[in-house]
Amino acid sequence: MGDWMTVTDPGLSSESKNLSQYTSETKMSPSSLYSHQVLCSSIPLSKNVHSFFSAFCTEENIEQSISYLDQELTTFGFPSLYEESEGKEEKRELNIVAVLNCMNELLVLQRKNLLAQENVETQNLKLGSDMDHLQSCYAKLKEQLETSRREMIGLQERDRQLQCKNRNLHQLLKNEKDEVQKLQNIIASRATQYNHDMKRKEREYNKLKERLHQLVMNKKDKKIAMDILNYVGRADGKRGSWRTGKTEARNEDEMYKILLNDYEYRQKQILMENAELKKVLQQMKKEMISLLSPQKQKPRERADDSTGAVSISDVEDDAGELNRESIWDLSCETVREQLTNSIRKQWRILKSHVEKLDNQVSKVHLEGFHDEDVISRQDHEQETEKLELEIQQCKEMIKTQQQLLQQQLATACDDDTTSLLRDCYLLEEKERLKEEWSLFKEQKKNFERERRSFTEAAIRLGLERKAFEEERASWLKQQFLNMTTFDHQNSENVKLFSAFSGSSDRDNLTVHSRPRQKKPHSVSNGSQVCTSKLTKSLPASPSTSDFCQTRSCVSEHSLSNVLNITPEETKPHQVGRECLNQTWSLASRPGSQEGGCSGCSLACTNSHVDKDDLP
Amino acid sequence: MNFSEVFKLSGLLSKFSPDGKYLASCVQYRLVVRDVNTLQILQLYTCLDQIQHIEWSADSLFILCAMYKRGLVQVWSLEQPDWHCKIDEGSAGLVASCWSPDGRHILNTTEFHLRITVWSLCTKSVSYIKYPKACQQGITFTRDGRYMALAERRDCRDYISIFVCSDWQLLRHFETDTQDLVGIEWAPNGCVLAVWDTCLEYKILLYSLDGRLLSTYSAYEWSLGVKSVTWSPSSQFLAIGSYDGKVRILNHVTWKMITEFGHPATVSNPKIVVYKEAEKSPKLGLGALPFPPPRAAARPFSTTETKYEIASLPVSLQTLKPVTDRANPRIGIGMLAFSPDNYFLATRNGDFHVLSLCWHLSGDSLALLSKDHFCLCFLETEEGAGTA
Repeated sequence: MGDWMTVTDPGLSSESKNLSQYTSETKMSPSSLYSHQVLCSSIPLSKNVHSFFSAFCTEENIEQSISYLDQELTTFGFPSLYEESEGKEEKRELNIVAVLNCMNELLVLQRKNLLAQENVETQNLKLGSDMDHLQSCYAKLKEQLETSRREMIGLQERDRQLQCKNRNLHQLLKNEKDEVQKLQNIIASRATQYNHDMKRKEREYNKLKERLHQLVMNKKDKKIAMDILNYVGRADGKRGSWRTGKTEARNEDEMYKILLNDYEYRQKQILMENAELKKVLQQMKKEMISLLSPQKQKPRERADDSTGAVSISDVEDDAGELNRESIWDLSCETVREQLTNSIRKQWRILKSHVEKLDNQVSKVHLEGFHDEDVISRQDHEQETEKLELEIQQCKEMIKTQQQLLQQQLATACDDDTTSLLRDCYLLEEKERLKEEWSLFKEQKKNFERERRSFTEAAIRLGLERKAFEEERASWLKQQFLNMTTFDHQNSENVKLFSAFSGSSDRDNLTVHSRPRQKKPHSVSNGSQVCTSKLTKSLPASPSTSDFCQTRSCVSEHSLSNVLNITPEETKPHQVGRECLNQTWSLASRPGSQEGGCSGCSLACTNSHVDKDDLP
Repeated sequence: MNFSEVFKLSGLLSKFSPDGKYLASCVQYRLVVRDVNTLQILQLYTCLDQIQHIEWSADSLFILCAMYKRGLVQVWSLEQPDWHCKIDEGSAGLVASCWSPDGRHILNTTEFHLRITVWSLCTKSVSYIKYPKACQQGITFTRDGRYMALAERRDCRDYISIFVCSDWQLLRHFETDTQDLVGIEWAPNGCVLAVWDTCLEYKILLYSLDGRLLSTYSAYEWSLGVKSVTWSPSSQFLAIGSYDGKVRILNHVTWKMITEFGHPATVSNPKIVVYKEAEKSPKLGLGALPFPPPRAAARPFSTTETKYEIASLPVSLQTLKPVTDRANPRIGIGMLAFSPDNYFLATRNGDFHVLSLCWHLSGDSLALLSKDHFCLCFLETEEGAGTA
């Protein structure tokens, strides 16, 4: 923009001067001054307006200035300021419209130019600052480069010095080693020299000894003797034996036996140790397997499936090996190797597992306490502290309690008090026990008494019953005799009666009860039947006066029998049998009625007795 | 602790009988036998010359008294005080005398170790063994008394002969791979013989009863080597104390070293308990020593009371740096003793003035004897024994 062509107009020298100044100033290299001036010049100041503008066009040279402007504008491509004229006349009318348009156009242009100028200026500024920045960077980098170069040189220098030192030290070491070797050689040579000298002297000495020995032996000193009162027996009491080849062989044998024994003993020890160690190893292996296997059941979070698979297969292998080993349990090479290999495998697995756990722990520390399974360290420590406190408290309590207890036990100094206080803590309980014991004894006595009374009552009852039965029997018999005639059956019944004595009812009863009576354990059943039937028939019986009578006369007889029987018997079965015998014997006596009754009643009493005995 | 009255003694010759019932002691040329419980004199024997050595026979029935100057050995019987026996070596001289394990033979070593004469008290027989070696421990008997191992030297080479003690028959005779054998010892089980070389060379050889070489062991070269050797009572371990102040323990299965104990001058391991003897009376400002004898005031019958207190670690043990340019320097492990139950090993390192170490049979206490002092240590078997 600053390249306006200066159209020098002679008349406009002053203006041209200004213009040239103006243009020259616009041509200048970018600087703030220039921009300022440009800015100044671009915004026309109010003061200088008139003077500036009046400098170009005055009232005298209007036409000239118009023509000049027209020329300029047309050269710039603007339309002419003059109106269209037909002829080439000198005076052309000023086209005001054109002038205004041109002015407008010029203004627009001016604005555009100003904008462009601003842009250029800002860009200029930017570039300037960039340049500055780059220059400073460049300077800095240059400095850095210099310093690093210097450092490198310094380090290189040091390295060289150290290497020098190293070489020197190596050299020194080698020298020392050589010296040591030399000294050792010297020592060795001196040692050989000494040995040689020693040997020489020793040979001389031996020669002297030999000579002396000869002299001593030759002298046959009578003095060299043993003067002993009497010879002592051997320590083991045996006689001495001649030295023969046999004894030599025996000695050899004994020596070898001793050696062998010792070796065997040691071998046994070692075998035992071996077996123990093997057991320990097996146990360790089992424990390791058990330790590792529950872990594998958990779903693995880390991507260690390969090792997991391997370890599971290892477990299976080892389980199989365990079985094999336990079956054989020999100390052969393969078994040993298997054991050691499997232990190593398990150990490796365990180690990797522990490492994983460690990693897990460290991860947890880094990430924070997300994992539920992992307890935070602080919580753990707090817990342990709490527990320790509790333990301390408990211990203190125990101590105080112990002290108190000891005090209690130790306060008794005198013998009397000790004897009195002996077992003092248990006194209450003892007394209670005594009371209870006495109570118990009393109760026992009571029970015995009651029992006895019951038995007596039962006996009496039995007797009464028997008597009653007898009476009833007699009454029934009479009735029967009165009512019916004799039959064959009746005769049999009579026979039975004579053997066993009883009426038809009773006979039936007896017939029923007889086989039953024969079986001892069914005595009670039979008797029960008897009693039931008897009780049933009781209401039909007449007055009991007769029965009482018979009972009274029978009672003695039967009582004695019962009394004889009851103390003697021990078992209910025997009772039954004995009674049977008794009944048989009784029946054979003339008093058949009583005997029959007694049979049943005895059975009844037996049952009672049984019942008494049973509980 | 009660002490009896003081009895006269000459030549440090006082021994209990093997069955523990009698105590024999010598005064000049008299031999006194006392009862252990009452300390009453039971027997009194008179010998022909000043006694240099006494020894009980294994069955406690006889005592031998050796008089080296005159080359005499006299044997006395406890059962029959009238019985006497005199063995005269005459011009052969006498250097050492000992019983055989059966208590019926006496082995006399003649002067210059020319020979060993075996005198029998049962028969009239005499046996001679030529060329015994003149060394620290040249004769050793097995614990059951069946065999005797004897070191010999012929033609500048060491040999070992094994004899059967019942009839003195030579069982085995073999050469050992040593420069200059210094000691031999049977293992308590009687099946292994440990042979060690001179202190100029660290070498231990282990031979079986029948003469086979089982193993050799050598910890290092050139420095002074083995000073003392002892077997553990179960024959499982062999403890070797050497001049470098370390004890090395070999095991009986592989005969390789299983562990090594050092004796550092400063004790700083927290598991070790150090007992310091501190005098109750503040008379002498002795900085208390961990072991009995105060070197300064060696008063006999001193009545200062001392007590032991536990020193706080680290404790530096006082040691005298002994002269190293003399032969047989007083450095290294001079004494080793296993406890009877195989639990503990007591060692004496360096110049400590402990003259004897003795374990109680139960294995929980240790008696230490120095020139002027006597110390009893009781050990708790829960903790390990401390170095003291």
